[in-house]
This record gives sequence, structure tokens and C-alpha cells, in this order.
Amino acid sequence: MNRIDQLFQNKPKDILNVYCTAGYPSLNDTVTIVEALEQSGADMVELGMPFSDPLADGPVIQESSTRAIKNGMRISVLFEQLKGLRDKVSLPIILMGYMNPVMQFGVENFLRKCAETGVDGLILPDLPMDEYESEYKGLFEKYGLHNIFLVTPETSEARIRKIDGVSNGFVYAVSSSSTTGKNKEMGDQEVYFQRLKAMNLRNPILIGFGIRDNKTFREACRHSNGAIIGSAFVKAIENSANLQATVKEFVAGIKTNMNR
Amino acid sequence: MDIAVNTSQSKYHVNKKGYYGDFGGAYIPEMLYPNVEELKEQYMQIISDPAFQQEFEQLLKDYVGRPSPLYFAKRLSEKYKAKIYLKREDLNHTGAHKVNNTIGQILLAKRLGKKRIIAETGAGQHGVATATVCALMGLECVVYMGSVDIQRQAPNVARMRMLGATVVPATSGSKTLKDATNEAIRDWINNPVDTHYIIGSVVGPHPYPDMVARFQSVISEEIRQQLVEKTGKPDPDYVIACVGGGSNAAGAFFHFTDAEKVKLVAVEAAGQGVNSGFSAATSQLGRPGIIHASKTLLMQTDDGQIVEPHSISAGLDYPGVGPMHANLYTTGRALFLNATDDESLAAGYELSLLEGIIPALESAHALAKLKDLSLKPEDVVVVCLSGRGDKDLETYIKHLK
Ligand SMILES: Cc1ncc(COP(=O)(O)O)c(C=O)c1O
Repeated sequence: MNRIDQLFQNKPKDILNVYCTAGYPSLNDTVTIVEALEQSGADMVELGMPFSDPLADGPVIQESSTRAIKNGMRISVLFEQLKGLRDKVSLPIILMGYMNPVMQFGVENFLRKCAETGVDGLILPDLPMDEYESEYKGLFEKYGLHNIFLVTPETSEARIRKIDGVSNGFVYAVSSSSTTGKNKEMGDQEVYFQRLKAMNLRNPILIGFGIRDNKTFREACRHSNGAIIGSAFVKAIENSANLQATVKEFVAGIKTNMNR
Repeated sequence: MDIAVNTSQSKYHVNKKGYYGDFGGAYIPEMLYPNVEELKEQYMQIISDPAFQQEFEQLLKDYVGRPSPLYFAKRLSEKYKAKIYLKREDLNHTGAHKVNNTIGQILLAKRLGKKRIIAETGAGQHGVATATVCALMGLECVVYMGSVDIQRQAPNVARMRMLGATVVPATSGSKTLKDATNEAIRDWINNPVDTHYIIGSVVGPHPYPDMVARFQSVISEEIRQQLVEKTGKPDPDYVIACVGGGSNAAGAFFHFTDAEKVKLVAVEAAGQGVNSGFSAATSQLGRPGIIHASKTLLMQTDDGQIVEPHSISAGLDYPGVGPMHANLYTTGRALFLNATDDESLAAGYELSLLEGIIPALESAHALAKLKDLSLKPEDVVVVCLSGRGDKDLETYIKHLK
């Protein structure tokens, strides 16, 4: 079974999925961070493949991407780093990135490498659902990889149903209509979250964008199976002198007072 | 005058799925889906509506000053030994072809009930044209412009501000047109309900390339009519236009794509030379990929990072090209040439002295290739003079010495 499905089976709520940009803050920090996240109690990790022109991202993730590219990160380097990682960690790993670098690497080649290195799923925000269905779905299945789609407060109910039907793993509910790292107040989204919950989708739901601390994490978990934290984590590790300690402190801060 | 919304279907125009051959499509994140889908569903219907067309034509006539003249350039013709006509888009209100598109899109935005307009700009011509129509319609206007371009196109920044627009510097990446476009798209993601994004060229997700090409197609519509008056025939031997994203070229080529004996010449910016590392000649340096949500040719590293282009002309300083042009290039329907910074400056000075017309540096790239086409005396050549050079005076003067 795919590790993402296993996770939701074992732990249907309060999932903490942490995003960080691969090759950031330093080129070889990727594996250190993934290990530290698992040891600190994060449930899932999302590794960003840096792109020069990340349209859906706000300044924090943009800057981390620019820095990672300068550090020498590229898809082939990332796969080198991930080799052997599965001997050390067991949490689900998702790669997030934009289509152009994946296309240049070669889509099937890319998916094969994902399977070989123990990646479980992908988030490719600019891959249209129609094109995924007609061109790539078979390949994703061949390599046992989940493809995760986004929904937003503006997504129609019919389209949410369609996305749920095509998705595997979980549905990524973008908390507000925004790029990453915007701190809009969560209260406004209550209606949207309720609507999503009431739809009883076949996939679990994780809420992302703007989740940044214990309060927003708890709020997101009230409405869904868990949440994804990106910009806040990227900011936290930016100037860290001791990644293990910083990661541990960050995760502990997010998870305090979870009533389980 | 007719903006050719119903009739024109050519194998070089967009197909039902939003592609030109292998190029085009809409590689958008889900956050943009409702906006782009709304446009896709509605644009053809809206622009085919007779009431829309009438308003569009009226504004082009009374406000923009169309039809723009097709001017027989006698001294230039003597120099290059051919019959050279200049399509005077430089005489449009606001000084370039860009306004044809912004008039069309602002009317569309109003019909979609949008309250706020955003745009990107390189040379500032599209920003000015957008700020202008927003003032005309009383809509809020925010223009993203690379901080490098804000420096080199200061007069246009001042014009936009005088017209009531907010100019926001784009400070990421190369700080030019590509980055301004990224910022505009991010703004649209953050303002999905009340905002319309007026893209300034035939780039971006479907339906933008087709929509912008249709608004600009008035250029070739008029050329055909004017050539009949002047030469007795609607078709020239050559149509030459500069290509940044490719909107003036798309407009100038639009009604000629199926007339295979009309040679279409697209001129890209070679910058300091195609292989100098400081160039924007996308067809020569690019590979297929995705930029600004469109599958097209773009300049990129082998691992798919978009490369920072270079051109002396801010309007051509773009690492991609519209999907229609990627298809015209790969099918061989259009000839793609390129002009260096120096050749273009020289062509700009030449037109000024021979014809008393100071062209935009972008348009000067098209003029710079007259010398390379082995023209014959009977050849009828139309050059799209996409804009005037006022905005570039500082650059021209700097290189006068
Ligand atoms: C005068 C002029 N010509 C040409 C261009 C290039 O745009 P396009 O390739 O879309 O015609 C610009 C862009 O700013 C411009 O101002």
C-alpha cells in the first residue's frame, strides 16, 4: 500500500505535513531536514523542487527556491540525495514542483526515479487535470505514485467532485484564494471548510496555505484530516545554526495542546 | 471595419482545445481555474456580439484614431530598392499597437462585471495603454513592471501614474517583463473575483493568445484594405514585424497566415548577439516548455530553469514567445530572423533621418532586417511600425556618440 494511504488509515486526524524546499538552506540539508522532521513527529513531508518562476508561491518560497537553485539544486541532484533515504525514514514523501523542469527531465523518467527513491506522491500545481487524465494517469499508476490536486474556495462543487475522483492520497484544500505564505485570517474560511467537509469526499483533506502556528494548525485540523505548513517552516530554518534543534522546536510548537 | 471574430479559422489559428499545433494550452494552478475558465467560456461569445463589436470599432475610430495609415516610405524604398510601406501603429493614441488590445479587453472586463484591472508591462507601452483605458472606463488599475524597466522607461512610468495607475515594481528574478508577468499572475491568484488581468501580448494561458491576436488582427484587416487602394491587391510579398511576446506580429500576420505566398517575417531581439549570452532570440535559443502557463518555446537551462534574456528594448526582453509564433516557427510558415541591439539602434536612426519618423526600439528591430531580405524592386513590403520612439529617446541619445 502507498505510504500516504497507510498513514491516513493509521491516523485519520491531526496530520502534520511540512513543506520545505529541497537544497535549502544549504544544498545538502535536504536529508537532514527530512530525518529531523520524522524524529520530531511530523507525519508527512513535502519537498519542493525549486523553479525559477514559481507562479503559485509568495515571496518566502520564491526566495528559498532562488537560493536552492544557486546552491546547485536540480531534479537529478535531488534524486541523488534521496537515494538511501528510505533506509532511514518511513514517513510519506511528496515532491512538489512546476511542470517545466519535470518536462525537461522527461515525465516517465521522472516518475520512475520517484518510485526508485521511495517517493509516494506528487503535487504539480500547473499540470491541468485533463492533461493528467489523458496523458499521465496510467504512468502514475504504473509507478505507484499518487497525484494530489488542489481545490480552492472558488472551486465549484462539481469540479471538487471531479478532482476528488481523479485524486489519490488526499485532496489539498488551499485555505484562501492566494499564493503561499499569505496570512489571511482563517475565520473567513469557515463556510468553505464546512462545505468541503459536508461533501464527504472519498479522499482525506489536508488544508494548506497560511497555516503557520499552533493556532492556525489546530483550526485547520478541526475541519479536516490535517494541515500543511510551508512558508512558516521555510522562514524558521532560514538562518538555523542547528537544523535538528530548530526543526524539533518548530514541530513541537505546532503540535502543543493537540487534544487527542 | 470588422475585427474578424466569426469568420477567420485558419490552421494557424487556435484549435478547439486551445492549441496551435503542439503549443498553447492552459498550464494554470487551480487557483486561476475559475477566472481562466470564465474567460474561455465567454470570450468568443462576448466579442462576437454586435453590440460589443460596435463599441470596439467606435472607440478604435474616435479614441485611438484608426485606421492607422499605411504609409509608402519613399526614401526608405529607394534605399532598399523595394516598395516599402509602414503600418503606422505608432500614430495610435498612446503611441503603439498595444491599445488595440487594451480597448478590447477593457470592454470584455466590463461585460464580465470586473472592478479592478491588473497588467504587466515591459517597455511601459502596454502599461500606459492599460492605464489609459482604465481612466476611460473609471476602473482601478495596477501595473506590474520590472524594476530594471522602471529605470529605463521612466517617461512611461510617469505617464501611467498621471493616468491614475499604481505602478508596482517587480523585484524578483531578472526584474524585467518575465518577472512583472509573474507578479501580475500572483496578484490575480490573490484577487480571483473582482479582477481582470489584461495581458499585453499573445502569451499566457488559453484563451489569451487567441483573444489578444483577435483584438490585434485589426492591423492586418486594415493592411489588406489599404493595399487594395494603393496597389490594387490585398496581399503584399512580405509582412515584417518584431516579436517580443508577439502581439503586433500576430495582428499583422493574422489575415495572411493562409495566403502562403505572403512571406511572414518575425524579427526577434538578438541582444548583443544570438550566442553572446545576452540575447532574447527565443526561436534560436529556446526549447519547448512551459512559461506563464503556456506550452511554447522558451529560453531555459538544461534542467528547465527559465533563463534571463537580454535586449536593449524592454518590450522584446522576454524569454518566451507566444504559442502561435512557436507554431509558425516550427511549421516553417514564418521566417524567424533576429536583430542585434546595435543593428536596431542604427535602423532607428536611419528611419528618423530618411522619413522623419523616430520608431520605438522594438519596431526598429523589424526595420533592421530590410537589408537582409534580398528584396526585389517589385516586392511590396509591409513593416509593422508597432510604436513610436519617444519613450526610447534616452537610450537612443546615450548611444549616439
Ligand atoms: C512598440 C512596441 N512594439 C513591440 C512590442 C513587443 O510586444 P509584442 O511582441 O507583443 O508586439 C512592444 C512591447 O512593449 C512595444 O512597446
